[in-house]
Amino acid sequence: MPAEFYAGIDVGSTTTKVAIVDAAGTLLAEAVDKSGFDFAGAAETVFSRALAVLDADRLQVKRVVSTGYGRRNVAFADEMRTEIFCHAAGAYHYFPEALTIIDIGGQDNKIIRVNAGGERENFAMNRKCAAGTGAFIEEIAYRLGIDLGSLNGLAEKSEDEVSIGSFCTVFSCTEILGLLRRGTKPEDIVKGVFRSVVKRVLEMDSITGKVVLTGGVVAYNPIIARMMAEMTEREVVVAPHPQVIGAYGAALTARNL
Amino acid sequence: MAEIRKLKAAKLMKKVMADHFYEIDAAVKAGNPKVAWCTSVGPAELLRAMGFVVYFPENHAAILGASRTATDYIPAANAIGYSPEICSYLTADVGAYLKGFTPLAKIYEGIDSIPKPDVLVYNTNQCRDVKDWFEWYARRWNVPCLGIESYVNVGAVTDTHVAGISGQFKKLAEDLTAITGNKLDMDKLAETVWLSRKCSDLWRDVLEMATRKPSPLTFFDGTIHMGPAVVMRGTQVAVDYYETLLKELQEWVDEGVAAVEGEKYRIYWEGMPIWGKLRENAQLFLRLKTAVVASTYCNSWIFSALDGDDPWDSMARAYTELFIVRDDDYKEDYFLKMKKLFDYDGIIFHDAKTCPNNSNCRYGLPQRLQGKAGIPFVTIDGDLNDLRCYSEEQAITKIEAFIEQLGERK
Ligand code: SF4
Repeated sequence: MPAEFYAGIDVGSTTTKVAIVDAAGTLLAEAVDKSGFDFAGAAETVFSRALAVLDADRLQVKRVVSTGYGRRNVAFADEMRTEIFCHAAGAYHYFPEALTIIDIGGQDNKIIRVNAGGERENFAMNRKCAAGTGAFIEEIAYRLGIDLGSLNGLAEKSEDEVSIGSFCTVFSCTEILGLLRRGTKPEDIVKGVFRSVVKRVLEMDSITGKVVLTGGVVAYNPIIARMMAEMTEREVVVAPHPQVIGAYGAALTARNL
Repeated sequence: MAEIRKLKAAKLMKKVMADHFYEIDAAVKAGNPKVAWCTSVGPAELLRAMGFVVYFPENHAAILGASRTATDYIPAANAIGYSPEICSYLTADVGAYLKGFTPLAKIYEGIDSIPKPDVLVYNTNQCRDVKDWFEWYARRWNVPCLGIESYVNVGAVTDTHVAGISGQFKKLAEDLTAITGNKLDMDKLAETVWLSRKCSDLWRDVLEMATRKPSPLTFFDGTIHMGPAVVMRGTQVAVDYYETLLKELQEWVDEGVAAVEGEKYRIYWEGMPIWGKLRENAQLFLRLKTAVVASTYCNSWIFSALDGDDPWDSMARAYTELFIVRDDDYKEDYFLKMKKLFDYDGIIFHDAKTCPNNSNCRYGLPQRLQGKAGIPFVTIDGDLNDLRCYSEEQAITKIEAFIEQLGERK
């Protein structure tokens, strides 16, 4: 009998992610690309790419669940779930206990609490504002002319972190320009920027249980997890393959349907 | 896709509302009877008993919202100094006036403007914004503006509260006579208060139809059908309307007709409606097989204390007993009482950017309710009229995720 697969497609506002699992829930293939303006096309592309990794045929994929901002744009999905559901499902799979899942995404952040049985107790999403999200970090990197990939390394070098007062992305940029004018070192600013992200996230909701971080931003910036642990005095772990954890949760859901 | 079911009474309501606006328009054109503007939970009974025809600008502002024209006019009010963060009923209404627009002119042939009042009468039981709003027109047209200054954050309504407001009502009647010459007819007051009470009781019965499973009506129907309770309480017309509506709903219940086919979840909506998105939201819940069975908003026009045999004190009590006037302890108990009555699964708190008075999620109330009674909740960011403050995609995701969460528990 040919192998049977289940796929989850997470069409986020910034990136589209695909995860393919087998009947045991093992992650077999993943793919990530920019969502761009054609969500349906992006879903199609990443799906094909993940299938190619597996050298599998579409027909071998028994069910597809879509999630994320563009979940309604995936015509070939059998069902949809919100990203809140899928992040919780993905994280709980790895850590089956009472959790606070913090997803730092491209345009929004989520704090999801699940109980020991895996049921969601509540969740919070940031308001209509990009403070503390990936978009905030991107904007600052752009202003400083620093490549996104080198932010983490730069922040690690800081010996004299500065504090960013404003939580508005635009105001923060102005504040940063002022700091630069006064000769503050870029690495100290970047570390301050990461601190600001963590603060913004922590003020969204109270934290209980073990903290699991998900999302693309923590995947590339592990410093966030360390800062979060320091500030919450809790165990903070980054979920395995944090960027595709929503897609993975969707794939697990597809398997369980 | 499931369709929103329409009640037959909607047609009658359209006529009743049209008659209401034509009556006011005719009064303005003839210069008689005198026209009073009144806040939505203001002293309508008193004004009717003094021979005024009564116009409710909040209703007008809601029409601006529902017709999605509010956001076009709010900036005009902002430009003369009214902050985008104050009541968007006020800014939409004032902005539309500044631009010479009213949806009434589009809907009702022959009406070309909002009615100029002879007097404006507010009650601050809901907020200070209504007073500011009325005073703007008072200055503009040089007409008198009077009102009741209410208590806020009231726990138990005491005799002292009642005496305070009752005294203001009596003084208001005297001042209105002195200013406009209209006299108070005490028999008429008793009759009006009784009619208002009847309207209120019937409206409560209508809303309580949603205690049935499945519910024959939702919050979204309520926001439409409450029109007569808002603008015509104290009249026989409103009483007749709700008798008709109630009969139809009873028929639906008898036949097992559900407002939301396959009703799976029952939700309480706390806060203002998002007027420009009523249809979309109704459809969203329909798709999620979720009936929004109750709301504080629609309940705001239940005035059970009204008593024609004791008009002054009963009006004072009725207009102080409102949810919006009460303290948080009262509000907590209220949600629990409603939980028993409507058996809802969770609460959606609408945090309306420009109406803190109807946004009860800002001081930890949802969290306290969850801690006390395990009531699940979600908060969505939006506004009554200013769609620039509504984050639609986020709201949809939050609502869908909330229903998924409820599904995990069932
Ligand atoms: S209660 Fe809110 S919506 Fe109503 S008039 Fe006051 S501020 Fe505006």
